[in-house]
Amino acid sequence: MSASAAANRDLPSIYHKAGSLRAERRWALWSAYISLIFAAIIMLAPPVYMLMTSLKTSAEIADQLNSTPWWVYSPTLENYAALIGNEMFRGFFWNSVKVTVLVVAVTMVISVLAAFALGRMRFWGSQALATGVFLTYLIPDTLLFIPLYQIVGSLGLLNSAWGLVLVYPTLTVPFCTWIMIGYFASIPKELDEAALIDGANWMQMLWKIFIPVALPGIIAATIFAFTVSWAAFVYPTAFITTPEEMPMTIGVVSQLIRGDTFAWGQLMAGALLAALPPVIVYAFLMDYYIAGLTAGATKG
Amino acid sequence: MAQVSIRKVVKAYEGGVQAVKGIDLEIADHEFVVLVGPSGCGKSTTLRMIAGLEEITSGEIAIGGTVVNDIPPRDRDIAMVFQNYALYPHMSVFDNMAFGLTLRKFPKDEIKRRVDNAARILDITPLLDRKPKALSGGQRQRVAMGRAIVRDPKVFLFDEPLSNLDAKLRVQMRTEIKKVHQAVKTTTVYVTHDQVEAMTLADRVVVMNHGVIEQVGPPQELYHRPVTRFVAGFIGSPAMNFIPARVENGSGALRLNLPNGIVLPVPADRTQRYAAAAGKEMIFGIRPEHLTEPKNLDRDNIATFDLTPEVIEPMGMETLVHLWLQGAEVCSRIDPTTPAEPGRPLQVAADLNHMHLIDPQTGRVL
Amino acid sequence: MADGATLAIAQQGAPSGSSLKRFARRRSTIAFVMTLPLLLVIGGLVAWPAGYAIWLSMLNRRMNTFIGLGNFEILLDSETFRMVIFQSVFFAVTAVILKALIGFWLAHMLHHIPTKGQRKWRGMLLVPWVIPPALSTLGWWWMFDPSYSSINWLLNVFAVPSVPWLGEPWWARISVIIVNVWYGAPFFMIMYLAALKSVPEQLYEAAAIDGASSWQRLRYVTLPMMRNIISITVLFSLIVTFANYDIVRVLTNGGPRDLTHVFASYAFQVGILAGNIPRGAAVSLFMFPILAVIAFFVLRGINRRNKEEM
Repeated sequence: MSASAAANRDLPSIYHKAGSLRAERRWALWSAYISLIFAAIIMLAPPVYMLMTSLKTSAEIADQLNSTPWWVYSPTLENYAALIGNEMFRGFFWNSVKVTVLVVAVTMVISVLAAFALGRMRFWGSQALATGVFLTYLIPDTLLFIPLYQIVGSLGLLNSAWGLVLVYPTLTVPFCTWIMIGYFASIPKELDEAALIDGANWMQMLWKIFIPVALPGIIAATIFAFTVSWAAFVYPTAFITTPEEMPMTIGVVSQLIRGDTFAWGQLMAGALLAALPPVIVYAFLMDYYIAGLTAGATKG
Repeated sequence: MAQVSIRKVVKAYEGGVQAVKGIDLEIADHEFVVLVGPSGCGKSTTLRMIAGLEEITSGEIAIGGTVVNDIPPRDRDIAMVFQNYALYPHMSVFDNMAFGLTLRKFPKDEIKRRVDNAARILDITPLLDRKPKALSGGQRQRVAMGRAIVRDPKVFLFDEPLSNLDAKLRVQMRTEIKKVHQAVKTTTVYVTHDQVEAMTLADRVVVMNHGVIEQVGPPQELYHRPVTRFVAGFIGSPAMNFIPARVENGSGALRLNLPNGIVLPVPADRTQRYAAAAGKEMIFGIRPEHLTEPKNLDRDNIATFDLTPEVIEPMGMETLVHLWLQGAEVCSRIDPTTPAEPGRPLQVAADLNHMHLIDPQTGRVL
Repeated sequence: MADGATLAIAQQGAPSGSSLKRFARRRSTIAFVMTLPLLLVIGGLVAWPAGYAIWLSMLNRRMNTFIGLGNFEILLDSETFRMVIFQSVFFAVTAVILKALIGFWLAHMLHHIPTKGQRKWRGMLLVPWVIPPALSTLGWWWMFDPSYSSINWLLNVFAVPSVPWLGEPWWARISVIIVNVWYGAPFFMIMYLAALKSVPEQLYEAAAIDGASSWQRLRYVTLPMMRNIISITVLFSLIVTFANYDIVRVLTNGGPRDLTHVFASYAFQVGILAGNIPRGAAVSLFMFPILAVIAFFVLRGINRRNKEEM
């Protein structure tokens, strides 16, 4: 009896609580959506504005403050056509492709082999070496480019895409090795014991078991190596001086900027075209991209 | 087919911790031996030394008469089933089972014949094209066993293979493992912490504790004639009751003085055996099923006394009664029709034909 | 029969000593060979250049005389370089704090909306991180253009006067920070979101039943659970932001009047463009102690977390 009375007394406050809970939830949801819309506008405004500019004629750009700069009144593809027709620009593209493909291939071979050895084979000093790999990742390219400039120069590779292929692995290998160690470590140890009993040697174990099982990690690492090589800026800026050897990033920044104000349309078109490959990779492989991004820190 | 000999095997880790402290064990051809014990008792380490996954610190292990201490796992001709199955997630069931044969360069049709045969034994033929992810726990377990069977090895090694299954499936797979063993008759070493599994599967059970073997023997022998207090307590569920008792000599017969003023006469045929214990503090051991409601009272050596139930657990075919006795937790197994309720004294009968007397100093059963 | 065969093999093997040990030794050898390319990259392209940088920094301009710490003294005496130190620290600290706060806010908001929609929003919000920064900064440069600025146009619409974004030192510094925050905040968001998702739902339920308000849940459940990821992400970002080159190079190129240079862009200016390699090396080496301190904290955080996991 007393129990039911107490329950009755509590009822109104429970209902009140429930009502405020629902209101609180709704408010949280609205504030979340408003923040996200606001953030999305800011995050997407620069690329959208670049796209608009790239679709404008020089005349429209010169006149844009009199109407609105955030809209295209007479869209044209002439900026893109001009770039694609431009041999130098196509050269930038091929240089980027060449360097990136080579660097990604070299990186993946080096880091998968090393990560397997460090993560699964456990030999003397492997633990310290894994930490060393991580430390290397903390050394930025802007600390190394001056001595590397001297070293690459003494090898006669300044102003050559080969010089870039030589130094880009400093950007990619440590992180890729690090995330591959994490992926390999997450595979249960019974799996290699089973393979050992089944009669596999180390190379068979790596090739037939570990690479297929860690495939998501390998894709994530490959994407990382690709985006980093494609976006690299410090090394090509320092080492490459002639347009024939320039990759995309430095090519667009250094060669498309002219005194002539009205080349903005072409500059923006060039920047967007140069940014396209990583954006496409991101659009199609977003989950792997994000997995690679977060693996580095959550694994370590 | 082969026997396995373990001679004076020691496993010491860095820092001198000994996981296995010099054990001897002979496993006959076709035999099914279960290593059982609490976690950290060295049973898994022993199994992994047989497999070649752990180095042997000293002593030797022979499979089929060949000392294998220095032979890598792949050349020992053994197959192992792991607790988490260790199926290769990217391969189909067929490829999982065929992997060991493929690496050993068996001809294609021979591989297919063996895999099909194993699949038939294990009843997994319809699953051969699936990936492990698409299988239930029990099916994965079967595949893991299939992977062992196709190899037709000298020895099967099982490392707690049923621990990841739910209770019902575990019982089912237990029968399955026994069936497979009866079909292929391969020498088997099986590790588990579950004494029921050990009892049901084994030809011989090896009870291990703290890196040493406590007792080896057929399940019934371990159950009825444990040689140490550890084995007595470990085998059987609910566990044997251990009650402190003082052994007293009175005119040619021995008596046990239990707490609560209970006095039990030692059966005459055991007087000789327990003579040395006279006048000492001992531990009286009796299994719950030998401490029941009064019945068979016309037989020899049945003693009755009253105890107060604290908790009553009806199990269906029997009822477990936890009784209060000073200094000991006592469990009795009674017929469910016997009326019992907490707090009301219950008359129980102890069947002293099945009693044990343990020396608390040495831990040995007299 | 089969037994006999293996027996024979084993007896052949036995006299040559422990083949399991040999097996283990071979494993180490194979492992070492597999790590060798990595060692070459780290040794030849990171460790050796880092040491070489120290040697370089102690030479004179023509690189024929050892002048000890001369370059460092000259740098510390120069007004411009002291400005570079100030600007680097100011830039990195402000940008990282803003990135961390905005990233946390966005992650939290993203975590609140139904899971179905999260992917879409996450996809949109991460776009700044995906575009190579040198290229997106070009877009910002154009948006900050003194005569055609589209941002000023928007400000004018709301009757706010135009801002001299890149023309005036403090505004130029703010511009650089804005671009860096725009580029980096999504990364923080992704990291925090992953951390938020790893907090078990039951903890929140338990806290709610214990009577915690949403703010208390954030304070006593979310933040402690995320502490490690937050600190590691912040330290990482500090390193990357300190060493930033792309944004400053494209947006201001150090101007106006060398007032927005950070270590990296100034090292480039002095070492490569002005051709004083040793002094450029000295400039970039100033980053080293700061990075070492941060690296120490990162490693400590990782070690501590590994211990917790064990």
